Formats: sequence, structure tokens, C-alpha cells
Amino acid sequence: MAELLYQHAEPEAVLSGTHFMDGNHAACEGAIAAGCRFAAGYPITPSTEIVERFAERAPHVGAMFIQMEDEIASSICLQGAVWGGLKAMTVTSGPGFSLMMEHTGYAAMTETPCVFVDVQRAGPSTGLPTLPAQGDMLQCRFGSHGDYEAIALCPSSVQECFDFMIEAFNLAEAYRVPVFFMMDECVGHMTEKLVIPDAREISVLGRRFTKKPPEEFLPYAPGEDLVPEMVKAGDGYRFHVTGLTHDERGYPSTTLATQRQLVVRLIEKIQRNAPKIWKWEERNLQGAEVAVISYGISARVALKAIELAKQDGIQAGLFRLITVWPFPGQRIQELATRVRAIVVPELNLRGQVANEVERAVQGRCPVVPVGHPGGGVHDPQDIFHAIKEALS
Amino acid sequence: MNSNDSTECTLPLNPVVPFLRTERMPHIWCPGCGIGTTVNCFARAVMDCGIPLDELAIVSGIGCTGRVAGYLKLDSFHTTHGRAIPFATGLKLSNPKLHVVVYSGDGDLAGIGGNHFIHAARRNLDLTVILVNNFTYAMTGGQATPTAPKESIETTAPYGVFEEPFNLPHLAASSGAVYVARWTAYHVVQTKKAILEALQKKGFSFVEILAPCPTIYLRRNRLGGAVEELKYYKEHCVIQNGADTKDVGIDLRHQDKVTIGKFLDIEKKEYYDAYQEHYAGLLKGGKQAVAGA
Repeated sequence: MAELLYQHAEPEAVLSGTHFMDGNHAACEGAIAAGCRFAAGYPITPSTEIVERFAERAPHVGAMFIQMEDEIASSICLQGAVWGGLKAMTVTSGPGFSLMMEHTGYAAMTETPCVFVDVQRAGPSTGLPTLPAQGDMLQCRFGSHGDYEAIALCPSSVQECFDFMIEAFNLAEAYRVPVFFMMDECVGHMTEKLVIPDAREISVLGRRFTKKPPEEFLPYAPGEDLVPEMVKAGDGYRFHVTGLTHDERGYPSTTLATQRQLVVRLIEKIQRNAPKIWKWEERNLQGAEVAVISYGISARVALKAIELAKQDGIQAGLFRLITVWPFPGQRIQELATRVRAIVVPELNLRGQVANEVERAVQGRCPVVPVGHPGGGVHDPQDIFHAIKEALS
Repeated sequence: MNSNDSTECTLPLNPVVPFLRTERMPHIWCPGCGIGTTVNCFARAVMDCGIPLDELAIVSGIGCTGRVAGYLKLDSFHTTHGRAIPFATGLKLSNPKLHVVVYSGDGDLAGIGGNHFIHAARRNLDLTVILVNNFTYAMTGGQATPTAPKESIETTAPYGVFEEPFNLPHLAASSGAVYVARWTAYHVVQTKKAILEALQKKGFSFVEILAPCPTIYLRRNRLGGAVEELKYYKEHCVIQNGADTKDVGIDLRHQDKVTIGKFLDIEKKEYYDAYQEHYAGLLKGGKQAVAGA
């Protein structure tokens, strides 16, 4: 099994210091600090600033940006770059994300470590290009056909756009999956303080290249953690990569046994390692009657509602999801035994994450979704009323 | 190399065997299919081209020709339908020492992947694109492709194709390719030579190979078997090197001839070199704009 080899970020590429920056630019800096040296993208609001900055920074940090002809091309071009040996990302928003779905599945099936950034805007279709939503949360989880597991992170501040982008690249390398960096228009476009640490304080996970010689190497034989070792083109391994169901040699195989072995492993490599992947933030949950579970910009709006509840004599706390997929259901189940109710505000109308909360809670306490069509953020009063209603 | 040492009689090894994943044989192609012939030409071109095999990567899309990558003993990528070229773009740019070959069919590269084809040619990316044109989506049972000749019968054109087909050499040349040739599965010597030249050419090089699909296309159009098709190529193809590509459109069943040959071989700055040069002024100390892997 290939070791996880963490290194420091490349000092020349890291803009250490204190900045006043928006989330999109911070996400780009996070990617560069994480070692991303290739980005393929197609312009789309409200994500474009990420690739604009990458295009500007690329020549100075030994990276390359290519503006592809569409999002379909971008989402496979970056995977070519990964197999050529670089860390790579693509960046988009709703309509472009929809076009990329076939290739999120290709990345999952071929175990290509890469990062898809989605700065969510209101939909469906062209929707509200310049305004926020959190309506792609199930799309990143289930958007490609077939069964697979992916990792999705939701930053809710400019600082987190930087910090968790590094985490996103590290997770992609650790588990060889596409990692979805699920921002929203608010987080992408808000400007606030960003502290970029010294490069020596940034841990970057290197690719898990095999040390085996070509004659002993099986490209899809998993290690103990169910993740296979990686190779890149040009190193003499003469390996094969296919989106077809494949055996440990990487060769297509149309048997049920191979399908079961491969797809079950793709799911289990994330599920089994989920406790190592999960990240969340808990605030004021000690002794709380109500837990507000949220993510991204909605979690920040929820803080105001929690304050309103406190003024009204209700003890409410926040459970902020950072890792949305794999879903930290175990922890939420524990939480459900300690609170009287759970309230889930998010910028979509069908409870994309609230339903998953409900599934974890299994009736231990009431779960109240607070939907929103996107195009703005919640009025904190609406969340506050939901908190009161949940207790009645 | 898997030399099948269990055989008792010692037959001379087919010279292309070292390029094949023999453990994956038999392949999926039908008897009489022209794709295998093109692979043979490709392997022989690779033998002569001087590129170390470890630096040669092959990328295919989906379809019968899309299976080529899986049978060649190279770093090989079987990607999604129509997207071999954008995958190859990332592969080449991230690791410029690689020679990247895209090998796929007419439906894959000119149909679903048509947009990527013209843009890669426009950029003049250093890719060798080999397109096997059998005029049909054979893997899915014979639907009309953008190269299907007018009035040919396809499952999705049961009363005959009425759309105009693409003239692929003209599409490639007018989009920016530096090398454009068309040969057939009958013209194996020329096909091998064209692939060899394309491999050695820097920039977007394009080789179209007309190939028989006896099981689907020929049978449905009552055109006989593979032998008849190869005879047709032998008798009706006119070699016209340097022909103006706008005049080489195929009207297979209404004209007496198909124009084949090397149509274009020009010099133009390739994408990666242009990129390096463009950014050289920005960077100090001879640092390269792209580190590569």
C-alpha cells in the first residue's frame, strides 16, 4: 500500500500574508497552494473569477490554464492532465455542472483524483446566474449514472475557501475520487479577511504513486484501505484505463463478479474511511434544545436565527456540515438523541440535505426543513420561526 | 511480451505482436472489419517511427474503433464517447514528452466529438488523430453517422440518409490541422506511411482511413462483403496528393471515384511551443511557463 506522503506547499506559489479577498480568488489560491498545476475551464457566472485568477497566476507558478470549448471538454481534459501526472481542477456553476456529469462518473470509475468546483447558483436551467443557491447538493452526489461515492465539501467563509480547497485536493489524492468543492454564489463573491499561512504550515498530500516495477504492478488492485496505487503515463507501466467495468489489470470485463467487486469497492473505500474524512463544526450544542444543521452561506445566516432564539429563551446550537458527502449520519444520530428538534435551513426547496438528516435521525426527534428557492439567502426570522415551530 | 510459448511448432512471430496485449485476444472486431488492418498499419508505423514505446500514449473514445486503445500495449486510455481529444489535450499538456495518439471512429470523433475535433485543430495541438471511417455507428447496430453517404441505409435512416455528410479532410484542414491524409484499409502501405508521417509531425495531424464494416454497413446496404469493399477501394480510389481538400468530399455511391492521398503537410507553430514562447517574456531565469509532470 502506498504511503500517504505529506509535504509542505511550494513556498514560491503561496501568497503568505493577510489579504482582503473574495471567496472565488481564495479558492484559486487554495488550489495553487495545494499543488494544483493544471486547470481546464469554461466561463460561467458566478464561478469565473476562479479560472480568471488561475489564468493570471499559472505562468508564475509553473501551472497551465486552458480555456476549453465547453464544460464537457473541461471535465475530461483535467483527467487527462491527472494521468499525465499533474494535480488538476475544473470550475463551473449549475448549467456547466450539469454538462460535466458524465465525467464525474468517469473520474469515479477510473479512480482519477481531481477536484470539481461548483459555485452554486439558482436553477433549474439558466435560473438566476448571479444569485446564490444550494441546489446541486444531490447532483454532486448522484448526478452521474450508476453507483459510486464521492466527497463533497462546503466552505462558508473566504478563509475556508482557501483552507478546505487544500483539503479537497488532499482527499482526492488520498482516496482517488473526484472531490466536489460545493461553494455558493455568496461565499464565492463575498470579500473578507483571509490569512494565508506560511508554506511550511500547509500540508499537501503527494500522489500515491506505486513503487512496484511494471511487471508486478496491477493498476486496480486495492491496498488495505481499498485504494489502488497510482501510475502516470510515460513511466513505462503501459497500463490501461477504461470507463468500462474492469478487473484489477484495468481490462474490461463484463461479468457480474467483476462489476460487484469493483463497484462495491468504489463505495466502500469512502464509506469505510468516512470517519477519517468527516469534518464539521459544532457551536453551542451543549445543552441545546434545538440543533440547526446547515452548511455554506446558510449556516452563517442561521447564526443570526440562533441569536434570535436565545433572546426568546430558546437554547439552540449549530451543527455546520463541512463534509456533506460522505454524510456524517452517525454523529447526527447521536445529536438527535440529545436535542428536542432539528432544523435544517438550505437554499433549495426539496430538502436535499434535510432528507439525509431525516434518514440519519430515524424519527428520534422532529426534523424541520427550511427551504428556499435560491436567488437570495434566508431571512433569519424564517429560521427562527422554524426553531419555535419545531419545539411546539 | 506474451510469446505463447505453449505452441509446439515454431512459427515466426507476427511482427506486430509485441505491440499488442495478446492476453486480451481474441478481439471484438468482426471478420472482415477494417479496424484490425488499420491497427496493423499503426503498429508497423510505430516500429519505424523511433518514438520510445514508453513515451507513446493512445487515447480512444467509444465505439468499435474506440476499442483500439485497449488492445495496444502502450499507456492507453479508453475514455467517454466523443471525448478522446479533450482527454488527450490534458494528457499531452501535462506531460509534453508524450506522443499522444487519438484513435477512434467517425461517429465518435466527427459526430459527438466534432466540437473538440475542430478546436484541437484550431489550437494546433501536437496530437496524431487517426479516424477510422466506416460510415456507421457499428457498435450500436448501424445508425447514421455524420459521414454516412447520402441514400445509404442506416437503422436510423431506414429510407436512406438525406443529410449532407462531412468532408473530414476539409474540416480538419480548414480548422487548422498541419497534416491531413485519407487512405483506405486496402492501401495498407500508404496508410502505414501516412501514420508514420503523422506521428513524426509536430502539430495536429489527421489521418482518415476508410474501412469496411461488413457486418453492419455493407450488409445493410447490400454492398457485398469486405472483399467487395476493398475491391471497390482498389478500383475507385484516385490518389491525388496535394488535392484541394474542398474537392475531396465523398459521394461514395454516386461518383465513380474517391479521392485519397496526402492532402496537406505544412509547418505551423504547435500549441505548446506557442504557449512557451508567449509566456517566455514573463518569466525570469529561463524558467519554463509549464513545469509538466
